[in-house]
Amino acid sequence: MTGAVEAEDLRKSYNGGKAPHGGRSPHGGKAANGGKAANGGKAANGAAGSDGVPADRRVHALDGLSFSVAAGSVYALLGPNGAGKTTTVRILTTLSRPDSGRASVAGIDVLAQPGRVRSAIGAVSQHSGAVGLLTGAENLAMQGGLHGLRGKELRRRTSELLDAFGLTEAAHRQAKTYSGGMRRRLDIATVLVHRPTVLFLDEPTTGLDPEGRTDLWAVLTELAAGGTTILVTTHYLEEADQYADQIAIVDRGRIVAEGTSDELKAGLHGDSVLLELDSHDRAEQAEKILIDIPQVAGASVDGSSVRARVADGAHALPAVIGGLEASSVPVRSVTVARPSLDDVYLHHAGRSFRQAEKVTVS
Amino acid sequence: MNVLRQALVIFTGRYLRELYRQPAVIFIALLQPIIWLLLFGALFKEVAKIPGFGTGSYITYLTPGVVIMTAIFGSSWTGMSYIEDMQTGVLDRFLTAPVSRAALTGAMLAYQAVTTIVQSAIIIAIGWGMGATFPGGLAGVAALVGVAVLIAFAMAGLSNAFGLLTRQREALIGASTTLVLPLTFLSGAFLSLRLVPHWIADVARFNPVNWAASAGRVAVAGNGAWGTIGSYAGFLAIAALVTAIAATRAFGTYQRAL
Repeated sequence: MTGAVEAEDLRKSYNGGKAPHGGRSPHGGKAANGGKAANGGKAANGAAGSDGVPADRRVHALDGLSFSVAAGSVYALLGPNGAGKTTTVRILTTLSRPDSGRASVAGIDVLAQPGRVRSAIGAVSQHSGAVGLLTGAENLAMQGGLHGLRGKELRRRTSELLDAFGLTEAAHRQAKTYSGGMRRRLDIATVLVHRPTVLFLDEPTTGLDPEGRTDLWAVLTELAAGGTTILVTTHYLEEADQYADQIAIVDRGRIVAEGTSDELKAGLHGDSVLLELDSHDRAEQAEKILIDIPQVAGASVDGSSVRARVADGAHALPAVIGGLEASSVPVRSVTVARPSLDDVYLHHAGRSFRQAEKVTVS
Repeated sequence: MNVLRQALVIFTGRYLRELYRQPAVIFIALLQPIIWLLLFGALFKEVAKIPGFGTGSYITYLTPGVVIMTAIFGSSWTGMSYIEDMQTGVLDRFLTAPVSRAALTGAMLAYQAVTTIVQSAIIIAIGWGMGATFPGGLAGVAALVGVAVLIAFAMAGLSNAFGLLTRQREALIGASTTLVLPLTFLSGAFLSLRLVPHWIADVARFNPVNWAASAGRVAVAGNGAWGTIGSYAGFLAIAALVTAIAATRAFGTYQRAL
């Protein structure tokens, strides 16, 4: 009937002063939906909170988030830090519970039967999860033992996974000596020991070098080809663009757009005009001018460049350049391009991806 | 049983390995009680001569006290291991796998039992070398080690629950140092309660550390007061059970805060 992972109207809020451990603190007041009870009947649950923190001080990490993942696909939750990706994965992997909403994984109700969900999934958190003083083989064997594997079967599965993840040579070295990429591979191998049907990875490529990222994605793509459903969170636009079958753009606790990379870009019906200017100040100046030009649907600054969304690049170009010339803002170069995922994000979230990241980091 | 098997997997597959791969930890764990024994043995040597103290030799009096003190010192830090596991992601990995929460607590307690037994044996051996006598024989010594393990369980459960609830290193360090020394000194671990102010003796009657120290001392003295030992051990077992349940339930509280 349904997908391998289903989330329906998930809502969760935290006491504003107390960020959940481990994750980055969800961003401040902007997300709070003006503090009004937008969740209708569930407001009492979501807004007042069980810990009695007043509604205006609560941070809405998830604000009615819904999505569905087809079995055997790679699904990326794409969004800036603090958008609610980690909270979503924590709920789906039974670590945390939403204030309201429903979720199922592999057809099992996450809230009603967390134990059964745990047997069906593999979950890799942002932090490694490997025990540093144990060797790669020992980490695998312990996980297998916890899933009830023993004796010959456990040994076979352990060496099979070490082999598949290129860790056979390092099998008897302590995990703390592994490189970032090796550690990630060990993390994934470890949670695959019981052959789960759904794999969750929270920011798996953060901290990896480009080569490590490519390797990791090769592993994930192969797993998906073998039928494993993969849900991955990332704040790298390029990764989602290149590797995910489906992308959900998450912003302020909700999914603002969903589809394949091509669908999302095609949905914009337009081009982007990329302008290079002399300095960041000039770029900001140019952004203000561009927004007032009728043909421009939106604009965002990144360093000394400005990206403007227009319906038709060739038609809008004269107005764009004319507008800047009239205000004596010198332009170094102009490029017209098909929309990128960054444009998609800008369109749906109302701010560029990099701006969103800056807001949440500060 | 699934819980027992999982506890065994974590205990042997992880805790024992981690222990023998950290020789420095073993060294400190063995050195500390030796220092207590030598230091307090020398410092309070003469108090045994005070009329009414009861025992002729202070080292005989002190040895069971140091066994109990060492047991609670070591076990009061176990919550730190969970805090580390939160930061490294190990705890999330356990909690998202079908691992029984009771098995997590059980593995930790098994580990605590092993370290307490080894430490106690060494203290008893050194105490014996320094002239302590154990008229209760092997049975008495075994009972002393047994109550040391029980008080270690109670303290470890408390520490685990506290670590899971506060999720803060500093909070646990503060709580441990604030709790452990007063509990030790509000007991008959170092001084006969006949010689301390009345209020301390009164408080000590409700102090599990004192139950353990008293039961251990009576056991090694070998005057056959097994009823006394048994009732102290029973209270300690209840304390251990209550804190073990609290520690196991604290996983749920930790998750609700995520």
